[in-house]
Amino acid sequence: MAIMTLLEAIRSALDYELGRDPNVLVFGEDVGFNGGVFRVTEGLQKKYGEKRVFDTPLAESAIVGISIGMSINGLKPIGEIQFDGFTYPAFDQLISHASRMRTRSRGKFNCPLVVRAPYAGGVHAPEHHSESPEVFYAHVPGLKVVVPSTPADAKGLLLSAIRDPDPVIFFEPKKLYRTAKGEVPDGDYTVPIGKARLVKEGKDMSIITWGVMVSVCEEAARQLAQTGVDVEIIDLRTIAPYDVATVLATAQKTGRVMIVHEAPRTCGFSTEIAAQISEKALYYLKAPILRVTGYDTLMPLYKMENFYLPNIEKILFTAKKLMEH
Amino acid sequence: MKVKKVTLKKISKDTLGSAKRLRSKSRSRSAKTRYEISQEQFTITPLQLLREDGTTAGKFTLLSAEQIKSMYRFMVLSRAFDDAALKLQRQGRLGTYGSVRGQEASQVGSAFALQKEDWLVPSFRENASCITRGMPMKGLFQYWGGDERGHAYTESMTTLPLSIPIATQLLHGVGLALALRYKGQKNAVLAHVGDGGTSEGDFHEALNFAGVFKAPIVFLVQNNQWAISVPRKKQTAATTIAQKAIAYGFTGVQVDGNDIFAVYGAVSAALEKARSGAGPTLIECVTYRISDHTTADDAKRYRNQEEVDAWVKKDPLDRLKKYMLQQKMWDAKKEELLQQEAATLVSAHVRSYEEEPASDPKDMFAFTFASMTPQLLEQYQSFLDVSGKKRDPNILEKVEGGFP
Ligand SMILES: Cc1ncc(C[n+]2csc(CCOP(=O)(O)OP(=O)(O)O)c2C)c(N)n1
Repeated sequence: MAIMTLLEAIRSALDYELGRDPNVLVFGEDVGFNGGVFRVTEGLQKKYGEKRVFDTPLAESAIVGISIGMSINGLKPIGEIQFDGFTYPAFDQLISHASRMRTRSRGKFNCPLVVRAPYAGGVHAPEHHSESPEVFYAHVPGLKVVVPSTPADAKGLLLSAIRDPDPVIFFEPKKLYRTAKGEVPDGDYTVPIGKARLVKEGKDMSIITWGVMVSVCEEAARQLAQTGVDVEIIDLRTIAPYDVATVLATAQKTGRVMIVHEAPRTCGFSTEIAAQISEKALYYLKAPILRVTGYDTLMPLYKMENFYLPNIEKILFTAKKLMEH
Repeated sequence: MKVKKVTLKKISKDTLGSAKRLRSKSRSRSAKTRYEISQEQFTITPLQLLREDGTTAGKFTLLSAEQIKSMYRFMVLSRAFDDAALKLQRQGRLGTYGSVRGQEASQVGSAFALQKEDWLVPSFRENASCITRGMPMKGLFQYWGGDERGHAYTESMTTLPLSIPIATQLLHGVGLALALRYKGQKNAVLAHVGDGGTSEGDFHEALNFAGVFKAPIVFLVQNNQWAISVPRKKQTAATTIAQKAIAYGFTGVQVDGNDIFAVYGAVSAALEKARSGAGPTLIECVTYRISDHTTADDAKRYRNQEEVDAWVKKDPLDRLKKYMLQQKMWDAKKEELLQQEAATLVSAHVRSYEEEPASDPKDMFAFTFASMTPQLLEQYQSFLDVSGKKRDPNILEKVEGGFP
């Protein structure tokens, strides 16, 4: 096993699958010659040629729209949208077509495409470069939404996404591109879509989270451990479909649940998780389900992003409230 | 700003005799069948009024000496702002910044043609246009420094905030233009976009609407040859960007974007045409982005130095300065004074940007809607709780419609 950054793990998955399957294509704004603005696809065009790894004109709707046609016609397109906030111009193609093709044709056609996009904040980027739009896509029947938080998961989940028979949106936490390092299994390594990861076992309370927030919650849990609170952490890994069984199991086990995400609170994905728990595990709870999320505001420009983002302070504050019950 | 009435025809016919058009390499019209329209037929000859050596063919009468000096001043200020911004970014005192070096003629020349009541709809890279329009440099530093207040200055009320999403703002320009006409105002809109932006669906929707509704708008494409690492040739198979206007039913013009007279002439004529009710125009400014795409980019990876050097020789500031020197409206002393003025002004704005007290996190909540929703109120109060601050009694005044 090699030690890789999250970025290298994603590149290794793309490399592996380009090598394995001649129908796989990688494209998007700047992904070819320049290797992407984050250099995720660096070297791939050299290795696989311009036919398989190429730059597109600056047009997100076109990137997803052509992916739909390609995937219907037997290819495995992996289109990159340069930043999370620029998935919006492609919204219509994802929602009006990619997600519906299978239903619309009663299974005759489907769109096994992957849309990759750097995701979320905390890197001092301009407007639209730090958004957490997972819930828009999770709300759409027929789309799968994945957010890895470790290098190994990034590789394993991306290989699963490429081989998945349905359209998958693969959000890559850009803050972790170079900061998350870890062992990544060689060769054909997959992680199933739809299974959460038990990050840390604990008995007093559960934190359910994903993306950049996983490591923030881990640090908060270390601090809570010093005060005698034993936290269990679940990394959801897949937002749609998500692992309800693991969510319910942890809620039943600890009876105290906190959900942490960067996206705005109202209708954030925490809302769905809390609803599931209250429908199916209410009587196991010792305290109300509490959330630490972004606010119902725009993601502010970076001078204020630290006020907006969930952090250890907010998590500890909320944990204290949970433990008071 | 006072603008002489000019038409595009007039610019090419009267103002400068016959030497104002650059020679085009591909003049030949291929003999295709009459049902086929070839790229060659669409080839547009770029308009140039001011040659690289600072000469013009005839006497240039479009602008007064005062106006020319004022344009040059804005170019020098913009260059000084740009240099300062790049330096601040490297020192960690500013965020990712998109430089305008090399594009000053396109930006200053086009914005200079606007009247006060005309609207400017900038792209993300429109720092020099915004400076020309009176947006304080402090505000631009703040914006690129990650502070929303940078967009809050009211000096130029008819300028939209910079648009980070590419090309999406062009439709707002069409809407502004239709609103002007609806209200009976005889003004026009100038909307900027890059060559990469012409690939976005919204670019085409904006042009189409503008053509159908004869909106009083001028679309100005700054073709700086690159959209990050993607060259113009990979952005569109069309020979020029100007010709795209034809498909939408209006005129496209290509100008030498490093020639401020050509840019100013074409834009003021097109604005005048728009104000008079004759509809939209697309202007392609052929220019070059000398710096990296942004401070997060390394252009050396994808373009070669010879190309950059060739464009550095066409520097729009040098060209205008040469002209002014030849016309004896400028000298070394005036240049020195102007450079000093620019340096002083920029450092004053840097200082006031850096001395500005941090904005209150309350703003994040307060500006989401006209008045705080109950959700926002609750979230703001919980924010104060976490940070150990006292709850804010004044915030309640802003809330309408009940409490949580
Ligand atoms: C909708 C959208 N997609 C992608 C981006 C990322 N991006 C920022 S600038 C840029 C290139 C723009 O090129 P061009 O329109 O030619 O303008 P230039 O940067 O050359 O001034 C890209 C792809 C964006 N800002 N908005």
